[in-house]
Amino acid sequence: MSIIEPVLDVRHLSIELKTDGAWKTIVQPLSFAIRPGETLALVGESGSGKSVTAYGIMQLLPALHSRIRGSIAFQGRDLLTLGTKQMQDIRGNRIGMIFQEPMSSLNPVLTIGTQITEVLKRHRGMDNRAARQEAIRLLERVRISSAASRLDAYPLHFSGGMRQRVVIAIALACQPDLLIADEPTTALDVTVQAEILTLIQTLQREENMAALFITHDMGVVAEVADKVLVMNQGQGLEMSDTRSLFQHPRHPYTRKLIEAVPRLGDMRGISAPMAFNTTQPQPDTVQPGKPVLQVNDLCQRFPVRSGWMRRITKEVHAVDRVSFDLQPGETLGLVGESGCGKSTLAKTIMRLLEASDGKVVLEQQDLLGANPLQLAAMRRRIQLIFQDPWESLNPRMRIGDALAEPMLAHGLVTADQADQAVADLLQSVGLAAEMASRFPHQFSGGQRQRVCIARALALKPSVIIADESVSALDVSVRAEIINLLMDIQRSQGIGLLFISHDMAVVERISHRVAVMYQGKIVEIGSRQAVLETPAHPYTQHLLSAVPIPDPDYQRPALKPFPKPQLTEWPINQRLPPLRYLEVAKGHKVLVDGAGEE
Amino acid sequence: MRFLLNRLGQTLLTLFVMSLLVFIGVWLVGDPVDMLLSSNATPAERAGVIRAFGLDQSVWRQYLHFISQALQGDLGVSWVYNVPALKLIMQSMPATLELAFVAFLIALLLGIPLGVLAGIKPEGWVAKSIMGFSLLGFSLPSFWVGMMLIMLFSVKLGWLPASGRGPTQDILGIPVSFLSWDGIRHLILPALNLALFKIAIVIRLTRVGTMECLQQDYVRFARAKGLTSGRILFVHVLKNTLIPLITVLGLELGSIIAFAVVTETIYAWPGMGKLIIAAIGMLDRPVILAYLLMTVLMFTLINMLVDVLYVLVDPRVRHGGRK
Amino acid sequence: MTPVSSPSSSYSPWRSAIRHILRRPGALAGIVILLVMTMLALLAPVIAPQNPYDLSQLDILDGRLLPGSQSATGFTFWLGSDDQGRDMFSAILYGTRTSLWIGFISSFLALVIGTSLGIFSAWQGGRIDAVIMRIVDIQLSFPPILIALILLTLFGQGAEKIVLALVITQWAYYTRAVRGNALVEMERNYVAAAKTLALSQPRIMFHHVLPNCLPSLTVVATLRIAYAIMLEATLSFLGIGLPVTQPSLGLLIANGFDYLLSGDYWISLYPGMVLLLLIIAINLLGDALRDITNPQREAR
Repeated sequence: MSIIEPVLDVRHLSIELKTDGAWKTIVQPLSFAIRPGETLALVGESGSGKSVTAYGIMQLLPALHSRIRGSIAFQGRDLLTLGTKQMQDIRGNRIGMIFQEPMSSLNPVLTIGTQITEVLKRHRGMDNRAARQEAIRLLERVRISSAASRLDAYPLHFSGGMRQRVVIAIALACQPDLLIADEPTTALDVTVQAEILTLIQTLQREENMAALFITHDMGVVAEVADKVLVMNQGQGLEMSDTRSLFQHPRHPYTRKLIEAVPRLGDMRGISAPMAFNTTQPQPDTVQPGKPVLQVNDLCQRFPVRSGWMRRITKEVHAVDRVSFDLQPGETLGLVGESGCGKSTLAKTIMRLLEASDGKVVLEQQDLLGANPLQLAAMRRRIQLIFQDPWESLNPRMRIGDALAEPMLAHGLVTADQADQAVADLLQSVGLAAEMASRFPHQFSGGQRQRVCIARALALKPSVIIADESVSALDVSVRAEIINLLMDIQRSQGIGLLFISHDMAVVERISHRVAVMYQGKIVEIGSRQAVLETPAHPYTQHLLSAVPIPDPDYQRPALKPFPKPQLTEWPINQRLPPLRYLEVAKGHKVLVDGAGEE
Repeated sequence: MRFLLNRLGQTLLTLFVMSLLVFIGVWLVGDPVDMLLSSNATPAERAGVIRAFGLDQSVWRQYLHFISQALQGDLGVSWVYNVPALKLIMQSMPATLELAFVAFLIALLLGIPLGVLAGIKPEGWVAKSIMGFSLLGFSLPSFWVGMMLIMLFSVKLGWLPASGRGPTQDILGIPVSFLSWDGIRHLILPALNLALFKIAIVIRLTRVGTMECLQQDYVRFARAKGLTSGRILFVHVLKNTLIPLITVLGLELGSIIAFAVVTETIYAWPGMGKLIIAAIGMLDRPVILAYLLMTVLMFTLINMLVDVLYVLVDPRVRHGGRK
Repeated sequence: MTPVSSPSSSYSPWRSAIRHILRRPGALAGIVILLVMTMLALLAPVIAPQNPYDLSQLDILDGRLLPGSQSATGFTFWLGSDDQGRDMFSAILYGTRTSLWIGFISSFLALVIGTSLGIFSAWQGGRIDAVIMRIVDIQLSFPPILIALILLTLFGQGAEKIVLALVITQWAYYTRAVRGNALVEMERNYVAAAKTLALSQPRIMFHHVLPNCLPSLTVVATLRIAYAIMLEATLSFLGIGLPVTQPSLGLLIANGFDYLLSGDYWISLYPGMVLLLLIIAINLLGDALRDITNPQREAR
């Protein structure tokens, strides 16, 4: 290996930010280097300071509220010594940056063409015609079809994945030597993520471009990174090449991180769910006999309004003839990408939305047809945990009151017993009883989610629906919450409908798995059957996109799957029941393909 | 196109409802007959007056009569001046509109740049002084400001006239006064007075809009592209800030026209405001009615125009709904 | 990530808000001024050296005296006297009292009515919501001063009528603000969670949603109070406000208008300055409140 000058050489970088009048050290002296063509992944959980480091390098931090020390040598020049003008010449030109949220990175009131050409005009001195030509070429490079006609479109016409492609095109417009990518695929579906990652890697190879990749997803790290730097609380803990990091992690935090990441495929051969940090699968909690929850041909249709008169012209079938059973003590994992209808399904089952059609039977009682009095009683038996723990708790209510409220409202405890009941609840989810007097924002994300779980348990339900309940949490916290849910299932025999887009997590916790696409269940069966021998083309497509946190794993080429438009039907169109083929005992696959009716 | 029709329909409905409310309201005000006759009129004379003014008919008939006349452009005859009410209003409208538009313009030309300035660096002393000025403009009652302005510029310094409108010339048949220097001299104080409150509001709105805009991801991305601050400000930020402002500004224009009442009183500006105050004092019902209706018409038209303008300008609204 | 143990486990949203206010000099000044003026106004009958509306106490020969001069009876007119011989200082005290109570009462009533309607509208949704908001929109597209003009022509003069007119012009602002805020809150997951816990709808609206609307409501309220006081002053100035026997600061200023040009400035100036101070104080407070409630989203 010859000595090549690194493109980026960061030495003893420390960053302080002023929040609420006080200076806090966000990044402690950090050093790393990236060579041309190399990809360094900056890994850490939330609050580790990785994004701040990236902004610091680009000098995008608010000038008055930040202090940066150390040296950032880019191609030999220390960026910290440069003036504003010089830095502006480098940004977008020699260093490109892309952010996490493709939805908001593009200015909604300017056309795509404007936003691309302005970079070209600014840094490469092109005139309007030349810039437009080049813009078209760039869009084609990022695989956006009919690029010429897209130039004058506005961002709202593009989906999230396409917007991210446009953002990449803009960032690479001037062929920078370094690309900084701050969680570029976190907000995208796993299949879109796969495409974007492939795209970035291809472009990198073509331009011999170095990349600083910021992420918290170890699977992405394993796929794209040559070197990894692990950060926690602003400190760089461990840096090594990817393979060594995964196979021989040295720092205890790194080890903890890697162990907490579920790896899709780890559960091959094990039929029962398994908690994290153990090797023993769970004891059997599934109770045979009558199912605790039965869903039959459930439909949810939403009106589509078009035209200025906003008349209802069509309906979207957000949930389309969904049927499944849930046994007491069983976990059914429901997977699907964004927009497939899984959250709508959860809300429809909970009657937060009134179903358009179908039946839901809870403990042999009709849930959808219940009158308000019956409904109030039945609501105790089925509870919902949301994705965002911050939003799910009333910010102005102490959590003790929030927990006591449902118990008091349903007459489960009297006022004197409330305090003790709350204390018991808190302890059952691993929190201290004194925390009852605190407000939600005084807790961390993982703790808040525990409070939400406690609240769900307060009424002693027999079914819990967890809608992406761990998706917003850090990896290590996620593992704890999953273990908690499994504990609760063991001790209380609760049926759990676990909705997630994260296949690896679903693999750990589920007895059975159902795959959802465009409102329909396309495949359902035992977890082993569905994940190890997927029968439906969509399931195969989905599984092939999941990044595995194993550097030796080569993700296969994405199994193609046609993406038809969202189905819109005339109003009140009743469709015939779906047909399933039973490929093995308990393993059903949707026939007719998806969306071809 | 559909949208326009929809909006037009809503406007007409509003007009209708308002005219009804206004009519009934004014009808309840009191018996104008007593105002017109001396206290020792004979019952016969009284009956004569009542009949002559159509006051013996039921409310609904009076209203219908009123509406049918109105649609023909006849809003009744002033009981005091014996001149068609509409004519009175139309005569004084140009003066008010001129004042209002000039004030509006001043508010925009001063307020928007100052607001943007205050929004770019909210912590700086420039921003703080602009906000301080805005606070004052917002808190000073306009009549008090008017008085102080007169005291300072007319009485103490003698630079500007204290009242009245300057000489007018006709453009397209409408008399305007800003074409002559003397006219402008008369315009300055009342326009400034009227504009002050609005400047404060415009500053605040623009500042908040600018600040929010600067927090957005696309501004961060624009900086990451290496664009100059100038370009970011004028191309990326300005458009986003001003679009939501349009609706509010439209309302403000209407509000200026109404608030002119106070300014016209202080500066003896011969506009609709003065007219209506006098009419209220004398219970000149046709004039009151005509004034209210014309104002309602103006406001609803302005609102409609603003809505249409907003749709044209914001690409999200214009193109939204299509995939 | 916020650590588990917070420094003060006796935290509460109110205390946090108060702490933020105390840190800002502008807000502090506003509160202090307001408190002082309210106290003075409340104690007016006690402090004022003269009751300016007791005609028996007035002597027209004392009219238009310069500030600091003395009357024949040895009574000092600290701030001068008006054309009727009223002591400006006392008049201002009583005037402040009137301005304050009219402003506060009308705003309070408007707030109660407006907020209830706003919550109700958000709660009901659908047609009822559409109708209420249409009325609000129509009302708000007309400038308050115009509406007040019309209403006062209908009602005539008098303090209660002004309060009524002010309430009618102000309620819509509260309704719109609260309804907008309530709708946003109702989309939040904690409301959905409350529904899944089968809490009753009234409880959800009043116990969960309304308290979370309070921050923006306080901001709107402070600004509206200032505006109400200013509107009342303007109406009195135009002559359709309060009767002469019960003047507010606005009427005092109006009375002094004619004497301004002849140089007897104090009859108008001092009430004007007091009015100014009052409005500025309230607006300062409102500004500070708005700043506080905005970045109130706690650090994640």
